[in-house]
Amino acid sequence: MDFQVVVLAGGTSKKLVPLVSKEVPKALLPVANRPVLSYVLEQLELSNIKDLIVVVEGADAALCVGGWISAAYVDRLHVEVATVPEDVGTAGALRAIAHHLTAKDVLVVSGDLVSDVPPGAVTAAHRRHDAVVTAMICSVPVSGLSEAGSSGAKDKTKKPGRYNIIGMDPTKQFLLHIATGAELEKDTRIRKSILRAVGQMDIRADLMDAHMYAFNRSVLQEVLDQKDKFQSLKQDVLPYLVRSQLKSEILINGAPQGQQAKENGNDKVSYRILANASTPSFHELYALGPNGSAPVRRTHKCCVYIASNSKYCVRLNSIQAFMDINRDVIGEANHLSGYNFSAQNNIIHPSAELGSKTTVGPHCMLGEGSQMGDKCSVKRSVIGRHCRIGSNVKVVNSVVMNHVTIGDGCSIQGSVICSNAQLQERVALKDCQVLSLSTSVFLSLSSNEYL
Amino acid sequence: MGAQKKRAAAAAAAARVSEDPDDLARQPLQAILLADSFTTKFRPITLERPKVLLPLVNVPMINYTLAWLEAAGVAEVFVFCCAHSKQVIDYLENSEWFSQPNFTVKTIESHNIISAGDALRLIYEQNVIHGDFVLISGDTVSNMSLTQALQEHKERKKKDNNAVMTMIIKKSKPSPITRQSRLGTDELFMAIDPNTKQLLYYEDKADHSKGTICLDKMLLAENPSISLHNDKQDCYIDICSPEVLSLFTDNFDYQHLRRHFVKGLLLDDIMGYKIFTHEIHSSYAARIDNYRSYDIVSKDIIQRWTYPYVPDVKFCGNRATKLERRGICFTAFNSEIEQSRSAQVGSFTVIGYGTKIGSNSKISDSVIGEGCTIGSNVLIEGSYIWDNVIIEDGCELRHVIVCDGVIMKAGAVLKPGVVLSFKVVIGERFVVPAYSKVSLLQQPTVHDSDEELEYADNSSGTVEFSSIQGTADQSNGEMTSESSEAHKPKLGTGGVGYIWSICEGGQEEEWRHSVAPIPEDKLTELSEAMDDDQELVTQDRTALSTSGELISDSNASEGDDNEDSKDDSVYFEKEVEATFLRAVEENVKVDHVILEVNSLRLSYNMTSADCAGAVFYSMMKLAIKTPHSSAIGLLTLYPSPFSMVASNAYPIYLSGELQQNTANIITTWQKLLKSYLLEIDEEIEIILKFEEMCLESAKEFSPLFARILHILYDKDILQEDAILRWADEKEGADESDKVFVRQSEKFIQWLREASEEED
Repeated sequence: MDFQVVVLAGGTSKKLVPLVSKEVPKALLPVANRPVLSYVLEQLELSNIKDLIVVVEGADAALCVGGWISAAYVDRLHVEVATVPEDVGTAGALRAIAHHLTAKDVLVVSGDLVSDVPPGAVTAAHRRHDAVVTAMICSVPVSGLSEAGSSGAKDKTKKPGRYNIIGMDPTKQFLLHIATGAELEKDTRIRKSILRAVGQMDIRADLMDAHMYAFNRSVLQEVLDQKDKFQSLKQDVLPYLVRSQLKSEILINGAPQGQQAKENGNDKVSYRILANASTPSFHELYALGPNGSAPVRRTHKCCVYIASNSKYCVRLNSIQAFMDINRDVIGEANHLSGYNFSAQNNIIHPSAELGSKTTVGPHCMLGEGSQMGDKCSVKRSVIGRHCRIGSNVKVVNSVVMNHVTIGDGCSIQGSVICSNAQLQERVALKDCQVLSLSTSVFLSLSSNEYL
Repeated sequence: MGAQKKRAAAAAAAARVSEDPDDLARQPLQAILLADSFTTKFRPITLERPKVLLPLVNVPMINYTLAWLEAAGVAEVFVFCCAHSKQVIDYLENSEWFSQPNFTVKTIESHNIISAGDALRLIYEQNVIHGDFVLISGDTVSNMSLTQALQEHKERKKKDNNAVMTMIIKKSKPSPITRQSRLGTDELFMAIDPNTKQLLYYEDKADHSKGTICLDKMLLAENPSISLHNDKQDCYIDICSPEVLSLFTDNFDYQHLRRHFVKGLLLDDIMGYKIFTHEIHSSYAARIDNYRSYDIVSKDIIQRWTYPYVPDVKFCGNRATKLERRGICFTAFNSEIEQSRSAQVGSFTVIGYGTKIGSNSKISDSVIGEGCTIGSNVLIEGSYIWDNVIIEDGCELRHVIVCDGVIMKAGAVLKPGVVLSFKVVIGERFVVPAYSKVSLLQQPTVHDSDEELEYADNSSGTVEFSSIQGTADQSNGEMTSESSEAHKPKLGTGGVGYIWSICEGGQEEEWRHSVAPIPEDKLTELSEAMDDDQELVTQDRTALSTSGELISDSNASEGDDNEDSKDDSVYFEKEVEATFLRAVEENVKVDHVILEVNSLRLSYNMTSADCAGAVFYSMMKLAIKTPHSSAIGLLTLYPSPFSMVASNAYPIYLSGELQQNTANIITTWQKLLKSYLLEIDEEIEIILKFEEMCLESAKEFSPLFARILHILYDKDILQEDAILRWADEKEGADESDKVFVRQSEKFIQWLREASEEED
C-alpha cells in the first residue's frame, strides 16, 4: 500500500457554531440531506480507495461520526476513526495519528470538501514528480446567491474574495509561493532566489488551496517532529515546505542517500518520461553545481494539481458556504448529490406529501416523509426529512433540516432552520439561522440573527 | 545596397499597408535616436570617440540602429548628439544617411545635457515630434519588425488614452549565479499582467541585499493574475506616444529612462499612465551597454542572428565580405587580405580589408579591422582589434579590445579583459594585467558616478583629442622622447599610455562587464555565496512563521516604527534644546517657553514625560556649557575624600562650579520643568534621563549624580516617592546599571528613614 488516506473531519467548528453542536458535528452537517463527509468518502470510493483513517476532534463528535460511518459504509469502506483532542489543529491531528501512517505517501483530505475532483488525479500528479507535497488548487468559488438573492448575502460574498495568493511556475506544475491568512493583507513578498531559479512565476489571487494534499510520509513526519509549533497544515506545514524547496532541510535526499541515489538511478528514466519533459525541472537544474556537475544542493519539489474550472470544489467552512453548497448540490452541481432528479429538475421523495396548489420549483429537494400544506411555494431550497410545513408557507433559498415544524403563513428566505425547530404561525425569517432543540419562534426576524 | 535595400523598402511598405487604413491623419513614423548613452561604461575609449561610432564588427554601431530604423518603416529620425557631437555629425554628414530617399535623418545638438530626460525635454521644446515615435539609443542592434508592436500600441492607445508606452522585451534568462544577463546587464525583475501585457513592476539595478520582491497588495487586488519575470531582457526599444515627452517636461526630475521614468509611471497612481510590453520571440534586439554586451552582440552578429545586418550582407556603410565555410562555422574574409600560408584563421572570425597576417599566427573568434598588421606567431583569441593596429611578433591577446592605431611591440601580452584605447603603445614583452584599461589620456580625477556622463569632458574632448593625437604621433615617431620615457615603468620599454586605476569598488565588479568570460573560480565563489544567501533567507523565514502568522514581519515593522520614533525623539530633543537656549539668551518668560514646548510636543506627538526629559536635558546641557573651571578636575583628582565628604555632608553640600551652575539653572527654570511633572512617572523619567546623560552625553555629571539628585529633591522637583520607586526599579537591574543607585545610596537611605519616621 503506497498511499494512505487521512480524512480530517474536524469537530465542532467554531465558525459554524449555530449550526453544529455536540450531536451534529461539522462532518455530519446535511448537504442535500446527506452528511457532508459522505461526499468526500464517496469520491474516495470512486477512486477505489477503501482504506481510510477518519480523524475527528473531540470524543463526542468522534462517537457520532463513527456511528454514522459504521452504519452507512459498513460493507463498503474500511474506515478507522481516530479521536484527537480539540484544537490541536490539522498538523497536530496528524502528529497524533502518526504511528498509524506507514505508506510511502499520505493523502490528506479535509472532511468538509464537497468536490468532484478525483483524488486519484492528485495522487497521480504527486507521484509523477516525486514531490514532497502536492496540493490541490481550485478556483475561488463564486459564493453567494447567483440570482434572486437577498442583498445581505451579496455583501457578504464580496468580502472573502481572496483565499490565497499562489505562485506557480509557467507550466503550472510546481508551487513556488503561497500566502494564506494574515499574509493576504500585506504586500506580497516573493523571494528572488526562487524567481531566479525558475525564471518566471505566475502569481494568482483567484485560486485557493482546497485542502487536499498528498504528502511524502517520511517528510511529513519529519517536519511534524521537528517543528513542534506547527499547528496547521495549510498555514504552517505547506508554506514551510514551499519556502524551503530550494534549500531543503529535510532528509529525503540526505539520510538514505545511497538508497535514494540507487532508486534515482533506476527510476530516472521513467521519471523523465512521466514528467513529460526531456528537460529537467528547475529544481534539478538549480541543484546542480556550477559546472553542471553532481548535485550540490538539496531541493525538494512542491507540486500543484489544478482542478479544472468545470469541476466543483468548495469547502464547507462557513455558514455562507453551507448555504451555497446546499444550493449548488441540488442546482448546478447536482451530479454530486447522487440523486435522480425529476423532470422538474427537483427531488421529491415519494413518501413526501404535498398539499393542493403547493409548488416545488426546480433546484429543490424535499426529504422523506415531509408534509406540506396547501398553497405553499418552495424555491431553490432543501427541506429535510419528516418536516411538517403548514399552509401558505414560502421557502426561498433556504435549508430546512429534519423534523422541523413550520406554522401556517410563514415566510422563510435565505435562512437555515436546524433540526427539530418549530416555527409558529406567520413568522417571517430573512437571512437567519434558527437553532434546533425545539426552539419556538414567534417573532419575525431578519438579517443574520440566530437563536 | 541592392537586395537589402529592396527588402527594407518592402518591409517598410508592408508596415504601411498593414497599418490601420482609416487612420487618415496618420503621421509618418518618427524616431528619436539618442547618440549618447549618458554613462561612462565605455571609458576610456569614449573620452576620444563617441560610443555610437565605435566599430561593431567593423561597422560603427549607429549604422546598425539607423539601418534597422529605416527597414522598420521609420520615416524621420532625430539623432540627438551630446558627447562628441561634432564627430557624430561629421560622420553622419559624410555617410549615406543624409541622402536616403524615404528616410530623413536630422541631428539635434546640445552640450549642456546630462541625461536622457534632459534630452527628451529639449526635443519636446523643439516641437518636432507629432505622433507616436520610437525611442532608441544609438547602440542598439535589432532586426525585429515593428509592425505588430506598433499596431498593438496604437490599438491600446485608441482604447485607453493612458497607454503611453510599449516596451520591447525579449526572453533571456540571467544566470542565477552571477545575477546578470548574457549581455552583462543586471538581472531584471518585472511583473507583467499575462492578459493585457501591462507592465506592473520593474526592478533593475537590483538591490542584492534584499532577498524578496515586494508586490503591493493593491496590485494583486486589482489583477488576479500576475506573471513575475526574471527571464526577460529589456531591449531598450520603446514605442512612445507624444505624451511621454510632455511627461518628461512635467516631471523635470526624471533623468533616467528606466529608473526614473518607468518607475515613476508605475508608482504614480494619480495620472494612471500605463506602460505595456511587447515580447519578441524570433527576432533579435539587444543594446550594447557594456564591454560584455559588446562582445556578445559582436558574436551574435558574426553568427548571423542579426540577419540582415551581418558582415556578408551589405547594408549602409559597410563593405560586404566574403564568407568562407570552415567546418560548420563561417569566417568572413575580405579579398584583399595578405595572409601567410601558415597562419591559421579559425571560425567565427571577421578580418577587414588590407590586413596582413604573418606566419604561424592563430586567430579565432575575433574581429580584426582594416589595415592591421599582425606579425608572426601571434595568438589572438576572442578579441576585438580595430583599424590600423600593429601587432608585432609573438604577442598574445586573449579576450581584449584594441582600439585604432595601437602598437603592440614584440612579445607583449594582454591578459583577458584588457582595453587598449586609441594609439596606445605597449612595450616589448610587457604583460598588461587583466581587466586594465590603458589610454593616452589620464584618468579623470573626479570619478563620475554612474549617473553622470561622458559629456563631462566633452566640451574640451574634441580639442583634447586632436592635441593628444599630435603628441601620440610625435611619440610614435620618436620612441625615446621624454614623454614616453615617463611612461616606461607603466607599459614597458617604449610604451605610451596610462593604465587607469580601477575605480573605487570597481575591482569587484570589473569582471562582470568585461569582454573576457567570467573566470571559473569567480563562478564557484559566487555560487557558494548564493548558498549562504539562501541559508540566510531560509533561516529568516523559519524563524518567522510558526503559526502562519507573520511574526517576524510584524516584528520587523515594529522595529521600523521604533526607529522612526527614535529619530523623532532625537529631533524633538534638539528642538526643545534650541527653544530653551533661545529662551535663556533672550530672557523669554517661562510661560512662553512652556507654550512653545507644548506646541513642539503636539507636533511631534510626544508625551509630557518626553517633554520633561527633553527640558531637563537642555537644562543640564546648559549647565555644562556655562563656564565652570574645575569641578571635575577636583573631583577626579581627589575622588575619595570628596565622595566621603559628599556622603557625610547630607542634607546639602554644594560644591564645585558645575554643581553651582546646575543648582542656579534648576532654580531659575524650576517652573518650566515642574509644568511637565504632572505625575510620578514623569519624575522617574527625569531620573532615568539624568542617568542616561551621565553615562553618555554628559559624563561630567556622573560624579555629581547623587548631589544633583538631592538638589532636585530640595527644589521639590522630584518627590521622594519618585526617587524611591526609581531605586526599587533598579534593584533587579544589572550591576552596571546600578552605579548611580549605589552613589546615591546614602541619600536614598536617608529618604527611606525619613518617610518611615513620618509614618
